[in-house]
Amino acid sequence: MQPEAKTVSLEEVMKSDWSGGKSPFGISWGKLMMWIFILSDLFTFGGLLTVYGALRVSSGRWVETEQVFALHLFGKDLPLLLIAIMTFVLISSSGWMALAVHSAQNHDRKRTVLYLSLTCLFGLIFLCCQAYEWTKLIKEGLRPWVAPDKPPFFGIRNFGACFFTLTGFHGLHVLSGIIYLLAIALRVAKGVYDRRGSYEAVEIAGLYWHFVDLVWVFIFTFFYLF
Amino acid sequence: MSQLEQKHSNAKIYLTVWFWLFVLSFIAYFIDMMHLSFGLSAVLFTLIALMKVGLIAAYFMHLRFEKLNLVYAVLSPLILLVALVAALLPEAASILGTLTMR
Repeated sequence: MQPEAKTVSLEEVMKSDWSGGKSPFGISWGKLMMWIFILSDLFTFGGLLTVYGALRVSSGRWVETEQVFALHLFGKDLPLLLIAIMTFVLISSSGWMALAVHSAQNHDRKRTVLYLSLTCLFGLIFLCCQAYEWTKLIKEGLRPWVAPDKPPFFGIRNFGACFFTLTGFHGLHVLSGIIYLLAIALRVAKGVYDRRGSYEAVEIAGLYWHFVDLVWVFIFTFFYLF
Repeated sequence: MSQLEQKHSNAKIYLTVWFWLFVLSFIAYFIDMMHLSFGLSAVLFTLIALMKVGLIAAYFMHLRFEKLNLVYAVLSPLILLVALVAALLPEAASILGTLTMR
């Protein structure tokens, strides 16, 4: 038996977002490109994190992350404190970025520049923490595929490879984000977007910065906490 | 500025989300301090991470206010990541099995 064909009027077809002559996603091309970039970058980090998971499972055992990332303060070891500080710094920078986008939507030039600068400052603090962490671990003898044969490393070679790849890749994203945001802040200060009548560039930069924060949530959870 | 933009440009939402991101991070840190069993803490950590990512994507990245077409276009390819995990982790477990047998 032939299924009954459903008849659709031309008007109904034309109403669809995909009928042509319309913007199916309802955003500008610049924002759409940023979303597509974010999606591709999400796969990069997704791949890295999955491989880290696979290496960790196939290693059978893992380093004592709490001890590896402990901060020696006031005469005692505080486990994971440095990572907690880094997390709060990055969330704060994301908050400043949200306020920058808010000011940009109100075409408030001075505040946009102020909040963008604060975002960059907190991003820079994050990078300093990371530089400290790298220096400390390298001094303790950690390298990609080389680990000291004593606690808390136990000579687990895969740990160094995962650590330097994941945090290095994320740190590179933070660094490029800072440069990107500084360039945007400079253009806001010069009044480029006032003349253009649109502050959308700030929103697009914001998408990127929040994405960097979003990736850190995953790295923080699966690499440091687990 | 379009009307749509004006409606959603609300600093209060951003501050509320910011506050909850801090709270969730604190909770995750405390759970880590409590030294629960690996399975339980893994589930809790994953839940908290998903909540934080949801908040960031929905409010900071405005995904909640975009057209559903965009939301689906961004979220649906992520099923491939689930497939990647599902493919690699059993593989890793079997590698571990052959290594310990030797």
